[in-house]
Amino acid sequence: MKPIRLKAVCAALAGIAFGISAAGLAGAQTPKQGGNLQFVVPAEPPSYDAHRETTFAMIHPIRPFYSLLIRVNPDNPSSTTDFVCDLCEGKVEAPTDGDKTYTFKIRKDVKFHNGDKLTAHDVVATFHKIIWPVKGVASARKAFYTMVESVTAPDDYTVQFKLKFPSGAFIPALAAPYNFVYQKSQLDKDMHWYEKNINGTGAFKFEKREAGAVIRGVRNPDFFVKGKPYLDSFDAIFAKKQSLRVQAIRGDRAAIEFRGFPPKARDDLVKALGKDITVQESDWNCVLITTVNHKRKPFDDVRVRRALTLAVDRWGGSKYLSQIAIVKAVGGIAFPNHALAATKQELEQIAGYWPDLKKSRAEAKRLLKESGIDLSKTYYFNNRAVDQPYKIVGTWLIDQWREVGLKFEQHTIPTGPFYDMLRKKKEFDVSLDFNCQSIVNPLVDVSKFISDDRAGNNNGNYQDREVDALFDKMSRSADPKEQRVLMRQMEKLTLDTHANAFITLWWNRIIPHRSYVKGWKISPSHYLNQSLDNVWLDK
Amino acid sequence: MYRYILKRGLLVIPTLFGAALLVFTLLRLIPGDICEMRMAGTGGYFDENALEVCREEMGTNQPMLGQFFSFVWGLMRFDFGISMWTGQPIISEIALRFELSLQVAIMATLVGIIIAIPLGTISAVKQNTWIDYVVRCISIAGIAMPSFWLGILIIVGLLISTNYLFDSPWMPPIQYVPIWEDPVHNLSMLIWPTVATGYRYSAVATRMTRSALLEVLREDYVRTARAKGLWEKLIIRRHALKNAMLPVITVVGLEFAFLMGGLVVTEQVFNLNGLGKLFVESVINNDYSLTQALVMLVVMVFIFVNFVVDICYAWLDPRIRYS
Repeated sequence: MKPIRLKAVCAALAGIAFGISAAGLAGAQTPKQGGNLQFVVPAEPPSYDAHRETTFAMIHPIRPFYSLLIRVNPDNPSSTTDFVCDLCEGKVEAPTDGDKTYTFKIRKDVKFHNGDKLTAHDVVATFHKIIWPVKGVASARKAFYTMVESVTAPDDYTVQFKLKFPSGAFIPALAAPYNFVYQKSQLDKDMHWYEKNINGTGAFKFEKREAGAVIRGVRNPDFFVKGKPYLDSFDAIFAKKQSLRVQAIRGDRAAIEFRGFPPKARDDLVKALGKDITVQESDWNCVLITTVNHKRKPFDDVRVRRALTLAVDRWGGSKYLSQIAIVKAVGGIAFPNHALAATKQELEQIAGYWPDLKKSRAEAKRLLKESGIDLSKTYYFNNRAVDQPYKIVGTWLIDQWREVGLKFEQHTIPTGPFYDMLRKKKEFDVSLDFNCQSIVNPLVDVSKFISDDRAGNNNGNYQDREVDALFDKMSRSADPKEQRVLMRQMEKLTLDTHANAFITLWWNRIIPHRSYVKGWKISPSHYLNQSLDNVWLDK
Repeated sequence: MYRYILKRGLLVIPTLFGAALLVFTLLRLIPGDICEMRMAGTGGYFDENALEVCREEMGTNQPMLGQFFSFVWGLMRFDFGISMWTGQPIISEIALRFELSLQVAIMATLVGIIIAIPLGTISAVKQNTWIDYVVRCISIAGIAMPSFWLGILIIVGLLISTNYLFDSPWMPPIQYVPIWEDPVHNLSMLIWPTVATGYRYSAVATRMTRSALLEVLREDYVRTARAKGLWEKLIIRRHALKNAMLPVITVVGLEFAFLMGGLVVTEQVFNLNGLGKLFVESVINNDYSLTQALVMLVVMVFIFVNFVVDICYAWLDPRIRYS
């Protein structure tokens, strides 16, 4: 056996050495110009206006046509705090005036695709539309900017944001990928123009759209970053069925899909294509939440709600579910990799995250007994009829609750009726719900857990003023240390003491793509790093 | 004959009105609304005011009766309105996909007929022989196997076999190009869904041809023809097959109409941007205006095809037009 073992060790070492040198070479590769990137998109955008839409189906094909004021660093997109200038010059400057004024110098070499020059007035008009939309104009995320007092242009190439109070949530909100910069003159004529038309300053120019089939962009020769983009063009091909998207990459009809595939699809592609496929993985700023209906008995009782979370083995679930579903990280209310997120030790202090599962479930049983809940009854569990990861996680949860004697019947229903039940009818006892954000901005993202009369996306039928007060204090704090302390307190109240709602597992983003696609780096959100200006094809 | 055509034509009006009423009512019974789907469907944050603006724009907060009358008034003027999801005129959304769906339907019909009529005829003529058993097996398999599943098998089979043979996996194109622009690209994309749907189509038609022909072959006039000493081939071709075609034409017509909007899964398997895929997406997105228009389009296609089938009946069998 010894010679074989020795050979195996030598082969492994050689492999590692080869891998390292290949990686080194790959890192030093010079980008090649030209080529057409074909990628698949699972859905079609309802409109082209990013300010009103919430779907990645708009971001993936349309983002390459636009620029932002600032953006997540495309060379370091996995960082949750690394923001760089896109239309502004230099680096993102620190605020002045007691952290209440942000000033940006705008590049002077930027042209819209129609040939007009971009000025600070375009940026101002854009943020006015986002933050203070006129009547009849939808802005999906205007609440992200409640701290903003004014947006002005002191001169043609300077933009100034003045805040009512210092806020750590401002810069991440500013870098949101939906903040496409539009032309002021176009907005002055028609605020709805950008819903059906495209005129940006991005790396690519819109060429055509075949409804239901494809959106094509071609290289913008006047792009303000000289030498970029590398690609001649791209085709965003709409393909609803996941199996077809996987096969399209396998058959080289598409090189990549930017949303994410389940582990099985990754394994199949790796098995079929070997070195021709590259896999990038990342934690994902999406989380499945167990929303408990506080207005339905016996779930109005905090003991029952605590029992629900105590019954769940998140650490074990992460290990096994991550092999079959797009979930992995165990976390609290803040995105696991962020500075404001709880550490493992901190999580282990919260109900449902205890390292001793037996103790946790014993406590759950005790609480249920104490509450006098009718364990012979079957309760209503509302779930979305989507396999990944809803049905898988839902089935797992029901099994977990069965361990403490709670019986649930899972009702998996299509998206439309699911939302109707979750948001309007509210005839469920417990429901899966989700929070899926673009830029990692926990100070804003956790707003889902504040009272339902303040957060439109809280579906738990409850008001918790203690949580609201902590959230408000945290939002107005400019001190990261204080924010972290407040976040822990809010987390403890939400997940444990008041047991308002529960985190199941955070999503895991898996992108297997053709190895000839270079320059694209995975980020913790499928909304980020989609400008495609860095992407090139090694063909 | 003209009176017959006129009578059939007038029946179209109440059928269309009934279908309009039914589809309008049923769609409103489905829980959920398009603005919720659009704003909340991706789990991201959205502003409640944006939801209200969206409902205002879509007109979903208008009274039902008003919505119904504007829908019927639009139908009467062949104006299907605007898609609530894409904001584009519905007529252009449909027109874009109609060509592809029509091509697949025609190709699948041709495949179906070319396979079904000879096989059904041979099976009937050689009843209870091994040939009959083989044909019956093939046709039962075709009926039992969903065409989308066969489609998946075809794609996977192509990927595996081409990888094995040429060391590079190949699958059909996933972007449509009209046949007059690039016939090779067009056919290499559409031939596979045509085979998948044409096989099921042919299976239904084969069984219908066989049973109809067996019935006709036992008729007195066929026995008389045989007694007169006519050639068997001539009896089958001239006397039996023509009369056996009546139910087969019905099947072919209905299947053709089905193919125009009913390939909901097969179109997704092959990423065909046809009417079936549009149908599914409109239902998933709660796009009432588009779903209504598509249902009405399918109803019209069925009415038209039935109308043509009835005319063919009358042409093939004089007893029908005189009764």
